[in-house]
Amino acid sequence: MKDRTQTLARGGGLILLLVLAVLYPQAWSNPAVVNYGVLALIFATAAVAWHIFSGNTGYISLGQAVFYGSGAYAMGIAARDWHMQGTAVFELLPLCAAVGALIAIPFGLIALRVRRHTFIVITIAIFFIFQLMAFNFWFTGGSSGLGSPFLSWAPKPYNQNFYYIALACTVGAVLIAWLVGRSRFGLQLRAIRDDEDRARGLGVKAMRVKLSAFAISGAITALIGGVWFYYIEQVEPQTGFNPLFDLTLVLMVFLGGFGSISGAVLGALIIEPLTLWLNTQPAFSGSISEVIIGAIFLLVVLFMPRGIIPTGGEFIKKIRTRGRPAVVPATTIGAAPSAPPASSVSSGGAR
Amino acid sequence: MAREITQAIVDGILVGGVYALMAVGLTLIFGVLDIINIAQGVLVILGAYLSYSLLTKAGIDPFLGLLITIPAMFIVGVVIYWAFISRLRGGERTSMTLLVTYAVGLIIEGILFKIYGADNVQISPKYVNSSVRIFSFYIGWVYIWGFILAVALVAAIYVLLYRTRFGRSVRAVMQDETAARLVGISVNRVAAFTFGIGVAVTAAGGVVFGETNAFNANSGYDLISRLLSIVILGGMGSVGGALAASVFMLSLESVVTIWQPTWAVAVYYAALVIVLLYRPTGLFGQKAVRAQ
Repeated sequence: MKDRTQTLARGGGLILLLVLAVLYPQAWSNPAVVNYGVLALIFATAAVAWHIFSGNTGYISLGQAVFYGSGAYAMGIAARDWHMQGTAVFELLPLCAAVGALIAIPFGLIALRVRRHTFIVITIAIFFIFQLMAFNFWFTGGSSGLGSPFLSWAPKPYNQNFYYIALACTVGAVLIAWLVGRSRFGLQLRAIRDDEDRARGLGVKAMRVKLSAFAISGAITALIGGVWFYYIEQVEPQTGFNPLFDLTLVLMVFLGGFGSISGAVLGALIIEPLTLWLNTQPAFSGSISEVIIGAIFLLVVLFMPRGIIPTGGEFIKKIRTRGRPAVVPATTIGAAPSAPPASSVSSGGAR
Repeated sequence: MAREITQAIVDGILVGGVYALMAVGLTLIFGVLDIINIAQGVLVILGAYLSYSLLTKAGIDPFLGLLITIPAMFIVGVVIYWAFISRLRGGERTSMTLLVTYAVGLIIEGILFKIYGADNVQISPKYVNSSVRIFSFYIGWVYIWGFILAVALVAAIYVLLYRTRFGRSVRAVMQDETAARLVGISVNRVAAFTFGIGVAVTAAGGVVFGETNAFNANSGYDLISRLLSIVILGGMGSVGGALAASVFMLSLESVVTIWQPTWAVAVYYAALVIVLLYRPTGLFGQKAVRAQ
């Protein structure tokens, strides 16, 4: 009975959030304000894509920009060579996703053979190889990059239309992440995160499962990279393949709460607008905004190390159970003692 | 042609010595604390700027100034460890420390930008462009001094690790933290000292890097990706491996540059990927792939 009301409340909350997200550009129609929304949603999509692979498996990927940049370049090159213009260019988005998935397979086959730190560094190394290719290949436009095809929208509907496209991508990514999370596939991914050797012993085909998650994550990231390219109208090797992009994604996810979809979205919705806003303030121009972002992050790590969503959830639970009798419902008794051993097992395994 | 290749290899070995110095700090920190210090690149730049300021403001020679900058960087390292890293606990500690050191790096980078601006500078004492002729090869004095310094410091770290009581406790923590704790080693103090030493050597790396390259606050990113590749290739936690890998990588890059300047860096990273395909633990690593 209680479960059902909880599900209803949660569903209602999600619908309310979605309605608010849809109404946002109508309520604040100023293109500069909508711009914040577009970029925040683009990052939210990329963060959710990061969560699908890294959040579930515990393999921290710092090479997501490989997909992001490849998606952007795939769209730019295809539109240029096939002489596409206007809204027809959006038909290339599935191509971007396919490119992302195609790159993810050899990338994953190489990188997923190693674990932990070595995996992180391999993703960084492959990232730099891609950035160099973007600089040096004959078809990428070199260091000046690519311009986007012409799109004849006026500024106001321009930002609004892109807002809805980005929102659709975010909703789609969240849906995929949710489906992955509750499926057998998602369970296998989390088993790999907790103890890969044991999962393998229990019959999880670890490489195949990891590679599939990596490809899904890569496809989504490449798709949103294409959207981002068409929105900001250009891509250069340093912006498409940007090392800060990877680190920002990780920052967002950990700020929101590692391992949860809502955490990834929340982190992106906080950090990206904050960064954009700080950059517009003359008092915090340029470098000072970096210092502020770094300081905020350090404070979060020190005071709520598990991110906003888990720490906030505990806080709310504490308030709600305050003043109640010591008897707790059976479900929480079952849940509470089982949680600490699980975490101590995984940290014990890390030694 | 053979001459050019020899010259390239000599250059690579000399520059590799300097990279080894910076990478040894990183590999020590990894070996003892099991974390990646992403801020290492920015800290090298901080060391370079310290020497730059000492030279331009006080006229102190950069190599002599190391007597000031190395202790200063040691304190910076201990403070970073004490203030942030020692406070992290729990299962996601590895990924969290990655982010914490990144955040520290961002803060340092932002402050450096604010103080020094975005223009590239170079530490240029009088002797920076003078060179010496050895067996018909021209070699810059800076490279020679840098190499000697690097060898001396790496040797000092080696002695510290293998010939002193402190070094024995460091190696004990590397092997098994719990067991080290049980025999009475203060793991926290060992970790703080190691982090301090790992950061202190960046001061020396920064001097040589700053004299041989123009740099600004942003240069740390390129550096850290190279240093990480070196450390992984050598095997994480292995001092000798870091030394061998940096000399190998820098010589390789410098030789490839003769034919293909644009793709030299790609060869550098590709070499890393290929080596790891066949030896996932790196060249000299035993425990790079610990269970999860």
